[in-house]
Amino acid sequence: MLRENVYRASYAYKVKTNFNTDYLLSPKAYTVHPLLRLETWNLGIGTFSNKFLKVQSTHSYSIFYTFAERIMLTYFSRTLTHIGRYYLLLTQVFSKPEKGSVFRKRIFEEIDKLGIDSIPIVIIISVFMGAVMTIQAAYGFQSPWVPLFAVGVTARDSVVLEFAPTLVSLILAGKVGSSITSEIGMMRVSEQIDALEIMGVNSASHLIFPKIIAAVFITPFLILLSMFFGIMGGFLFGTLTGVVTPFEYIYGIQYDFKTYNVVYSLIKSVFFAFIISSVPSYHGYFTKGGALEVGYSSTTAVVYSSLLILIFNFILTQLLLA
Amino acid sequence: MIEARNISKSFGQKQVLKNVSFSTEQGKTTLIIGASGQGKTVLMKCLVGLEEVNSGGVFYDGRNFSEMGIKARKAIRTEMGMLFQGSALFDSLTVEENVAFPLSIFSDKSEEEKMERVNFCLKRVNLENVNKQYPSELSGGMKKRVGIARAIVMSPKYLFCDEPNSGLDPITSHVIDDLIQEITHEYNITTLINTHDMNSVMNIGDKVIFIYKGEKWWEGSSKNILQADNKEVAEFVGTAKMLKQLQKS
Repeated sequence: MLRENVYRASYAYKVKTNFNTDYLLSPKAYTVHPLLRLETWNLGIGTFSNKFLKVQSTHSYSIFYTFAERIMLTYFSRTLTHIGRYYLLLTQVFSKPEKGSVFRKRIFEEIDKLGIDSIPIVIIISVFMGAVMTIQAAYGFQSPWVPLFAVGVTARDSVVLEFAPTLVSLILAGKVGSSITSEIGMMRVSEQIDALEIMGVNSASHLIFPKIIAAVFITPFLILLSMFFGIMGGFLFGTLTGVVTPFEYIYGIQYDFKTYNVVYSLIKSVFFAFIISSVPSYHGYFTKGGALEVGYSSTTAVVYSSLLILIFNFILTQLLLA
Repeated sequence: MIEARNISKSFGQKQVLKNVSFSTEQGKTTLIIGASGQGKTVLMKCLVGLEEVNSGGVFYDGRNFSEMGIKARKAIRTEMGMLFQGSALFDSLTVEENVAFPLSIFSDKSEEEKMERVNFCLKRVNLENVNKQYPSELSGGMKKRVGIARAIVMSPKYLFCDEPNSGLDPITSHVIDDLIQEITHEYNITTLINTHDMNSVMNIGDKVIFIYKGEKWWEGSSKNILQADNKEVAEFVGTAKMLKQLQKS
């Protein structure tokens, strides 16, 4: 991968050989060619005193990177930085709340904002999702060898296993995620988070912890609601369009019903709720700049949340169903 | 008393503050002045702990704030009040909820006692009948006054004001300046104001610290600043001098 033909370019002083030595690396980069880059790392050796290095010696090491290697390294280091900062933020978030009564009030406010306000969009999406699934299933099962109630079975399983938890979570990542990032991001750029810190309030915990609890609590209910309305949407539009009879559809949705499928979906929804609330909060909390950066953070948060939902969907499906 | 001892702060290779030392007195107003980009805001952020210093220390009545852990810092922060440049009121809360916020978190007062204190503070900053309004419904001057009310609601020992006059007309600026000075003397608070408004310097500054290129360039009283023989200070206050001469003539 990397061409590790590291060579020593110069010496300034001799290395001090005792156990109190510390090291300081400072990078300098030169673009030799658009596709080739020379990076020189200056290594200072000495002892740290009051956060500054008293340098006893310095060395220079140079590494050549190709353009592709450089891009790969940049993304890798950026991803590692994000993971590290996200972890550190979570350690701040999961700490004892300043005051129980205020914390409880904040949780209910967040349940209202993140959950109750999302009910209409969840219902609308679920009804049409169920309708489309039913019509598509009926279209696929036109053979006389396949019983008509299979339409109900297919619609039910598609909605319960995949569409309700994943599709609704993706929609919530867009709706709730962008709202969380904008809210916290605006608080950051308008110094409201600084104001909390000055008061002695753990701003990360005060702002983010209630959101995570509210999302983890309310999202499974939204998913159950989505399952119900998805199946009902399939029934309504399936019978109205005449692709399935009411009797066949109801028989289908009851046929070989496995409760575990619902449990599996609810487990997934808890993980997705954590992603939907914590990832946008992270992006909002570390926003710097003004309104433009808040918008950029919101977009980034939605993209990352959606990607993580899809990745975790695969991992959890493999773990719980395989 | 707030004491800064040899504070240095760098962002990457750029050194923003270089060995800044000064002290403030209780019941007095100290102003940090200087042109934009000289390090005033970074200095204030270092004093309140929003930025960590690279070297040196900040002492609150002898307590080394820079070396403290989170818990000890929290205790000192309950003794601080701060008025931000943009007021930093919580958008989702009403005026009275904003002012009551520190009380809700850090005191065990009943709702009636809290509201009594909130009303007292709002009355002290000459604001009445705005309790149920949201920050977006207030003017710039009213927001500043709510910010001051929130800053004093916990009876702080130290009051920090970052550009209290920015975005305000001269009359409202004067009102805010007077209010800060009255509160400082009334409650015997140690007040530190970050400003580049020379009117504030002339009106309320007991002590003035001039910051230039991240260093403390000049220190003295507001009365002496017009006679300062320092070139940079003279340039900075030149406009004010001119205005004063115009007033005299």
